[in-house]
Amino acid sequence: MNSNKSVDYSQVPDARGHFGPYGGRFVSETLISALDELEAIYRKLKDDPEFQAQIDYDLAHYVGRPSPLYFAERWTRETGGAQLYLKREDLNHTGAHKINNTIGQALLAKHTGKKRVIAETGAGQHGVATATVAARLGLECHVFMGEEDIHRQSLNVYRMKLLGATVIPVTSGSKTLKDAMNEAMRDWVTNVDNTFYIIGTCAGPHPYPELVRNFQSVIGREARQQSLDQTGKLPDALVACVGGGSNAIGLFHPFLADDSVAMYGVEAGGFGLETGKHAAPLNDGIPGILHGNRTYLMEDENGQIIETHSISAGLDYPGVGPEHSWLKDIGRVNYVTINDDEAMAAFRSLTKVEGIMPALETSHAVAYAEKLAREMDPDQIVIVNLSGRGDKDILTVAEIDGITV
Amino acid sequence: MNRIKQRFESLRQQGRKALIPYVVLGDPAKDVTLPVMHALVESGADIIELGVPFSDPSAEGPVIQKAHERALSNGSSLRDALALVKQFRETDSVTPVLLMGYANPIERMGYESFVEKAIESGVDAVLTVDLPPEEAEEFNEQLKEAGLENIFLIAPTSTHERQKMVANMAGGFIYYVSLKGVTGAGHLDLDSVRANVTHIRSLTELPVCVGFGIKDGASARAVAELSDGAVVGSVVVNQIAELAEKGEADPAIYAKAVSAIIADMRKALDS
Repeated sequence: MNSNKSVDYSQVPDARGHFGPYGGRFVSETLISALDELEAIYRKLKDDPEFQAQIDYDLAHYVGRPSPLYFAERWTRETGGAQLYLKREDLNHTGAHKINNTIGQALLAKHTGKKRVIAETGAGQHGVATATVAARLGLECHVFMGEEDIHRQSLNVYRMKLLGATVIPVTSGSKTLKDAMNEAMRDWVTNVDNTFYIIGTCAGPHPYPELVRNFQSVIGREARQQSLDQTGKLPDALVACVGGGSNAIGLFHPFLADDSVAMYGVEAGGFGLETGKHAAPLNDGIPGILHGNRTYLMEDENGQIIETHSISAGLDYPGVGPEHSWLKDIGRVNYVTINDDEAMAAFRSLTKVEGIMPALETSHAVAYAEKLAREMDPDQIVIVNLSGRGDKDILTVAEIDGITV
Repeated sequence: MNRIKQRFESLRQQGRKALIPYVVLGDPAKDVTLPVMHALVESGADIIELGVPFSDPSAEGPVIQKAHERALSNGSSLRDALALVKQFRETDSVTPVLLMGYANPIERMGYESFVEKAIESGVDAVLTVDLPPEEAEEFNEQLKEAGLENIFLIAPTSTHERQKMVANMAGGFIYYVSLKGVTGAGHLDLDSVRANVTHIRSLTELPVCVGFGIKDGASARAVAELSDGAVVGSVVVNQIAELAEKGEADPAIYAKAVSAIIADMRKALDS
C-alpha cells in the first residue's frame, strides 16, 4: 500500500471543495447562492460547541449511538483467517448509517429557517432517515425516488409515507437514484427560497461531500476508539460498501492518517465487471462531471451517463463521492468489486451464522471481508461497516427464492 | 468581428430585439434539425441556440428533458452537433449558432479537441449550464483564445458580487434567467427582471438577453422591452414534441410548425 505521509487529510477539500482534481461545484448559476448560504451556515456552526452538543445529544438519545463494535466470533471461525468485527450501524434508529447525516443536515436546515426539506433516495434508507428527522422537527418533507426503486423497495416507500413524507416517483431516464437526484435538483432550483436539500451521500456540489463526510465520520471515530479499547490496537483493515460512498468515507476518514490500516471500498460488480452491467465507476469508469461534482463516472464515449446495474438499489449509481475518486488516485484506499451473486451468498451466510441480516448493499462489504480475512492471519483484525440492516430487502430476496410473502 | 457581435450590432442599428430560439439537436430525428434551423432563420430568428443532448439535463423542465431523451434514443451526440453546424454553414454563413449543453460531453471530448472542432464547424458561442465561473476558468481561457464566446447565465439569486464576476468573464451576451426554476416553468416576474437587467447593464457593455419561462409573443415582447432579446425554448420544443408523438417523420412538417411560432414571436417583438 502507498504511504502518503505528506498528505494532510484534514486539509481536504480545499476552500472551493476540490479533492485534488475532483469535487467542486458544477451547478447552474441559480443554485450557487443557496450553496454559498449552506456553506456559510455550516462554517459558522461547525465549531460552535452548542451545535455540536445538540448533534451529540441527538446521536446518543435519538439514534442510539455509539453503535457497538461487535466481534463476530462464529463468522470468524467459519471463515478462517483474520478476526472479523462488525461496526453495527444497522442498530441505529431507522436501521442504517444514513441517519447520522440527516440529523446533522436537519439541524442545519433548522438554522436556515427553511420549513421544507427534500431528498433523493435509492434504497429508501436515506429517504426514511430524512422523513424521520423531518417528522421530529415538524418540517415538510418531499422524497424523490426512481420508479424502478419504488418497486424494489416498497417497504421503505410505505415507511416514508407513514412518517408523513410525500414520495414523488421519478419516471425520467433510468428511473433510479441518479434520476431522483436530477429531479431533486430541479425541485431545489425552483423552491430555493424555502427549501433545504438534504443530500444523502458524500457527492453533489461543494460543500455537500465535505459536510456529509464530517457528519458520517462519527462511525470511524467510534470504531477507532472501540478497537483500541476492545483489542488494544488499531485494526489491520477496514471494509465498507461504496455506492455514493457515505458509510465508507465515514468509517475510513478518521483512519486515513493511520498508515498501518488498509482500506477496501467495495463497489457493486452487478453481473460482473466484464459484462459492463455493474455500478463500479472506480473500477471501470473515467472521471467526468455529474450532479455538481467531478468524479469517476460510468459513461459512454460521448459523455452520456450509462445505466448501471446492481441487485441493491442503494449501490445502483453511476457516480461516487469525489473524495473516493481522490483516495483511489493517491492509492490510499483499494476499491474492489463484489458481484450480485456473491453479495446474495454473503447475505444468507451472515444471517445464518451470526443472526444478523445485512442490507444487500452491506452484503457486498460482508462478502469481500470474507475473501480478505481468509488471506490474513488469525491475530489480525478486520472491521466491516455493517452499514444497514436487511429487513427492507426481504421482498427482493423472497422474489429470488420464488416465494410470495 | 464575430457573428454574434455583428448580429447585435445590426439589431441595434435597426432598433430591433434579438429572438433566440432553442431546439435540441436530433429531436426527434437526426434529419429534422437542419431544416428546422433554416426555417427558424427564415421566420425571424437572430441567433440559433442548439441544445446538445445529455443523459442528465438537471436544469431542464419536463418538455426539454423529453427532447433530450428523444435525441439520445437516436444516438445524437456532441459530435453530431458539430457536424450539423458545419452543414448549416454550407448555406448560412451569417446566423450565429450557440451550442447549449452540459459539461460532461465536452469534458469527455476534451476541451482542446472540442474548441478546435467547434471553430472548424462554424460554432460561435458555447453555454455550459453546469460550468459556473468558478469552474470555468480553464475552459473559458481556451474558448477566448480561439475566438469563441462563452455565454454565462445570471440568475435572480445571483448576488451583485456574482453578477460582476460573471460579467467580467462572459462574452457574446449575458443570458439572464428570468425565474427561479427549470426551463419552461411559468412564473415570470417582470419587476425582478427589470431590476436585475438594469443592474447587469451597469456592469457590462454586453447585450443582455432573457430566457426561461417565455411562453408567447406577449411575454417575449415584455422581456425584450427590458433587455436586448428573448430566448424561447420550451414553446418551440413542445411543438416538436406534439408532432413527434403523432409519429410525424417528414422534416418539412417540423420546419413549417416551428416557423409559425417564430414568425408570431418576431411579429410581437417588432410591433
